[in-house]
Amino acid sequence: MSSADAVAGVLWVGVTFYTVFGGADFGAGFWSLVAGRGERGRRARELADWAIGPVWEANHVWLIFVLVVLWTGFSEAFGSIFSTLFIPLSLAALGIVLRGSGFAFQRTARTEKGRHLAARLFGLSSLLTPFFMGTVVGAIASGRVPVGNAEGDPVTSWLNAVSLVIGALFVATCAYLAAVFLVSDARRARAADLERYFTARALGAALAAGALAVAGILVLNADAEYVYDRLTQEGLPLVIVSGLCGLGALVLLRRGSARGARPLAVGAVVAVVWGWGVAQFPYLLPEKLDIADAAAPDATLTGVLIVFGVAVVLVVPAIVLLFTLAQRSVIEETEAPRATPPGGEITRLG
Amino acid sequence: MLDTVVPFATELEAARSQMAFTLGFHIVLASLGVGFPAIMLIANYRGLRHDDPVALLLARRWSKVVAITFAVGAVTGTVLSFEFGLLWPEFTSTFGDVFGVLFAMEGIFFFLEAIFVAIYIFGWKRLSPWTHFWSGVPIVICGIGGAFSVVAVNSWMNQPQGFTMSGGEVTDVDPLKVIFNPAVPYEVPHMILAAYLVSGFLVASVYAVGMLRGRRDRYHRLGLLIPLTFAAIVTPIQFAVGDTAARAIAEDQPIKFAAMECVQKTATHVPEYLGGRCTSEGVKGGIKIPGLDSWLVGFSTDTKVIRLDTVAPDDQPPAKTLLHWAFDAMVGICTLLIGLGLWLGIAWWRKRDIPKSKWFLRATALSGVAAVVALECGWIVTEVGRQPWVVYEIMRTKDAVTGASGVWVTFSIVLVLYTLLGVTTVVTLRVMAHRWREADAEEEAGVPYGPAGEPPPTLPEGAT
Repeated sequence: MSSADAVAGVLWVGVTFYTVFGGADFGAGFWSLVAGRGERGRRARELADWAIGPVWEANHVWLIFVLVVLWTGFSEAFGSIFSTLFIPLSLAALGIVLRGSGFAFQRTARTEKGRHLAARLFGLSSLLTPFFMGTVVGAIASGRVPVGNAEGDPVTSWLNAVSLVIGALFVATCAYLAAVFLVSDARRARAADLERYFTARALGAALAAGALAVAGILVLNADAEYVYDRLTQEGLPLVIVSGLCGLGALVLLRRGSARGARPLAVGAVVAVVWGWGVAQFPYLLPEKLDIADAAAPDATLTGVLIVFGVAVVLVVPAIVLLFTLAQRSVIEETEAPRATPPGGEITRLG
Repeated sequence: MLDTVVPFATELEAARSQMAFTLGFHIVLASLGVGFPAIMLIANYRGLRHDDPVALLLARRWSKVVAITFAVGAVTGTVLSFEFGLLWPEFTSTFGDVFGVLFAMEGIFFFLEAIFVAIYIFGWKRLSPWTHFWSGVPIVICGIGGAFSVVAVNSWMNQPQGFTMSGGEVTDVDPLKVIFNPAVPYEVPHMILAAYLVSGFLVASVYAVGMLRGRRDRYHRLGLLIPLTFAAIVTPIQFAVGDTAARAIAEDQPIKFAAMECVQKTATHVPEYLGGRCTSEGVKGGIKIPGLDSWLVGFSTDTKVIRLDTVAPDDQPPAKTLLHWAFDAMVGICTLLIGLGLWLGIAWWRKRDIPKSKWFLRATALSGVAAVVALECGWIVTEVGRQPWVVYEIMRTKDAVTGASGVWVTFSIVLVLYTLLGVTTVVTLRVMAHRWREADAEEEAGVPYGPAGEPPPTLPEGAT
């Protein structure tokens, strides 16, 4: 394996982590958005906020990681993608601004109305950002990003069947991951009603994501020959693994075993991400720019690998520490939503 | 066609405006991200070491402000990394593999910073006091490391080295030469000290305003004293570092220096002008100090200063009057801030107390805004002074810009959005301050993360 391939692997590790952790955060925002105004909706929103509060900032850094590795290791691919896909990436950036500020201010805004507005912004941008990122992935996978400064079509490159289906798939996947995580979080908060609430939603989101994944394969067949062929050959084992994990997670969720469902749900998503990677290999932009051609000079690649090594040694233990503290509820500013009392009635907090 | 309707002649103008605006916005938050945690930990240390509940309360409240500025800064920082591709794809396509390793390093620092900020902010309740204090120390270290990495990229743009090009493509890179380029030794410390200075004066100014309104309790005195002492120590060091930087720029980027001082004729005994207008015949108006410019560059009035028109007009920076004013304002403000620090120092030395005069509080109240102005001025000098180059004498800014159209649309949106973001941030901080004044030490308002256990007390109508 060349060092360029190794850096591409590092890039993919970043993409994987961002999809799982960043995706779950986006999904939590999605559930906040659709939770509605009632008492139950308020509790659901509270659980989502409580769960992602301590970790969302760290999860967000994976995006920066992906961008930096891409422009350092494969700068030409970065420039081509960002100039042709100026519109969806600008919209995604806009979503990130709204999401970050919405989340930061939803608890501190001066009036109830202000808090509500901030929460809505957070929810809405949690829906739009992954959607636009999905259209970007669709544009790349279907070979609509040529090499060069804004060489591709600024509109049809990302407004096409593949992009739209993958955009929707991203939203569904985020919602699915988040719901599965939130089932566990509800159990940690000993809120049985919310456990049931998110189990039902996890099942719904799983079916939606599964259906969209099938639709995705169909549109790829029609419109993205290279990726489709590789996905159904070299990538097939990963597609099968993803399907099996997804089914397994469904069964466990129905049986009320959130603990086992979580790794299976993550496995299903990770397998799809790597399936996409295998299907594109050795291309960064299918049939237009491959890893070797786009790769930075050797010294730079070595530099990236060294930095990645240092990151593994320093950042991974720190992340594990953060997640452990968060899971044990050692770091939390405020209380989780209260458990449901025996009568099944819902108590007001406070 | 749209270009004739909107005020920007080209996408380039729009892209430069958007970059300048988003960076100018982010630099304030980034400075707070680097400097404020250090001040917060000083208060935390004092609180634990001397069993000082007031210092501890300050540290705890400051950590909530850090949480907000860090969250907003993370967002505006992400926008900047998008802009590397959205606005300057040719720059990043060509040189991303040269300067990218620095950003990869920055990524590690930012990651660790985000993790420990979360642990520190959320750890007040259940971590043991000293464990909690130590969980904050990595924030300070990572802030310095992150600032080094990012500013080293800018230094590299001013003094590019460590790569070989052939046919418009980079074929070889020497990462160590990139990381330790010649501008790093003066630009990096200058920016880190600026971050400390801005944080110190900004925080102190808040409590100065409180004291001017009659809140002269120990809480406010300590809230003023800790950051102001910190800033007063940093400012003279910054002055010396800045002076070194200016001399190095006269050597490394003589045209930038000539534009800062509007030197139209290469000569010795060049006078220094304070203020004035830069014209093709030199500075009009302003205060002239004979020979000082030469003396500042080489400690002798015989020092030769290179003039602007040694290069073609196309290779000169635009807006020379702006540059000249920005440079003068930065130096002038820093001088005044040193004076403020001395005022505090003398009063403390003689009476172990902050100066009694209302004018001292007024000056401190203004010092925060003044420090931010100096910061922006310094950034203008660096960035506008480097034009028309994005990579000094290697790539022009106009050759780096995106081929996509519609940048003026995104710039308009960004302008509105960031204005709202800035206003919301300030209003939120004010509301938090108000709640803190209302609430007891125990009943604090919620942090920006996570749900509040209890909804924060609503303010009576017209309370703010």
